[in-house]
Amino acid sequence: MPSLKDLKNRINSVKSTRKITKAMQMVAAAKLRRAQEAAEAARPFAERMDAVLANLARASKDSPTAPRLLAGTGKDDVHLLIVATAERGLCGGFNSQIVKRARQDIERLRAEGKTVKILTVGKKGREQLKRGYADLFVGHVDFSEVKRIAYANAQSVAQDVLHRFDAGEFDVATVYFNRFQSVITQVPTAQQVIPATFDESEAAEAGTGYEYEPDEDAILADLLPRNLAVQIFRALLENAASEQGARMSAMDNATRNAGEMIDKLTIVYNRSRQAAITKELIEIISGAEAL
Amino acid sequence: MADTIKFELVSPERKLASADAESVTVPGMAGDMTAMPNHAPFLTTLRPGFVTVRGAAGEQTYFVTGGFAEISPETVSVLAEEAVEGAEVTRAWLDEKIEAFTAIAAEAPAERAQAEALKLNDIKAVAERISG
Repeated sequence: MPSLKDLKNRINSVKSTRKITKAMQMVAAAKLRRAQEAAEAARPFAERMDAVLANLARASKDSPTAPRLLAGTGKDDVHLLIVATAERGLCGGFNSQIVKRARQDIERLRAEGKTVKILTVGKKGREQLKRGYADLFVGHVDFSEVKRIAYANAQSVAQDVLHRFDAGEFDVATVYFNRFQSVITQVPTAQQVIPATFDESEAAEAGTGYEYEPDEDAILADLLPRNLAVQIFRALLENAASEQGARMSAMDNATRNAGEMIDKLTIVYNRSRQAAITKELIEIISGAEAL
Repeated sequence: MADTIKFELVSPERKLASADAESVTVPGMAGDMTAMPNHAPFLTTLRPGFVTVRGAAGEQTYFVTGGFAEISPETVSVLAEEAVEGAEVTRAWLDEKIEAFTAIAAEAPAERAQAEALKLNDIKAVAERISG
């Protein structure tokens, strides 16, 4: 049986933990709103880009002059996995979810006899993948100094990936990230970015009949590298919103658990205090009776 | 017939401007072009240069480093990689861009080298004009 003083200390320590988790939850909520706004603001650009490219891609996909970013290298032997995770922990299953999704694909691709290369974005995913796949790492992008993901950040990642592609280091590139659905659900997603894929239904909607200047192929060659940056940017923004959402719900749970624990400990504390008082009373009374 | 055309300037991060305009001039890859209401559907990539919007409220210019413009009878959407208001363009800022473009052009693979070199040339021309 712990002493009263121990119990009191215990209660106080859980109380301060609750204060911290509560504060973290509030911070995450504020950041989540900003992250969502950023994702929202980036949508018009990405959607336009998608629509235009989908239209162009449909026309020239099968032509022999199609750019390699669209048509691929003609092989799919070497896969590059761009695994985007958070820089920090304490956000529930956020990082593990992405890593799990990536790990499944790594195993599948390896079983098929393909070569896998991994480019990690964010510290947490790297740490988790290091166990078992450290020899597959080809690079790492560190965003721990970046407070808000800017387009320039995505661009630098895209440049890196394009370089590797031009150097013939891989045939297929896929981005792994968490798609933000709501505060409680984030869906781990794998999106293939090289060769570029497009939503066919969007293409039909965008309508044809455009005149192009310069010609279609030149526009495609110009836009595809940009599109890669836009896709990565979108993934990073979705990830940022998901991270804050996951952290918010994780911290909400933690706060609630701490509250429950405090209640339980308080009951134990009160009981043992009452027991001590009763014991003392009995001692006094039986002492008086003995006289 | 509509006498204004809807103008939108969008960057990857956010929508920068949205206005009704009488005409919009964009720096197309094959030369500057002006779009007026009821322009035929048109799509062009952009070289570094100034976008000029003329509307009821006067003239407004923006500097874009690249991207593309989508023109339809009712709207002009400029999707710019990076854009700033014309008045805010400084030589120092352009010099930074020139450096970045030089690096890209130097490393570009053969199939994109010519396009990148053209862009570098364009941005240099703009810089010359501003300092002169």
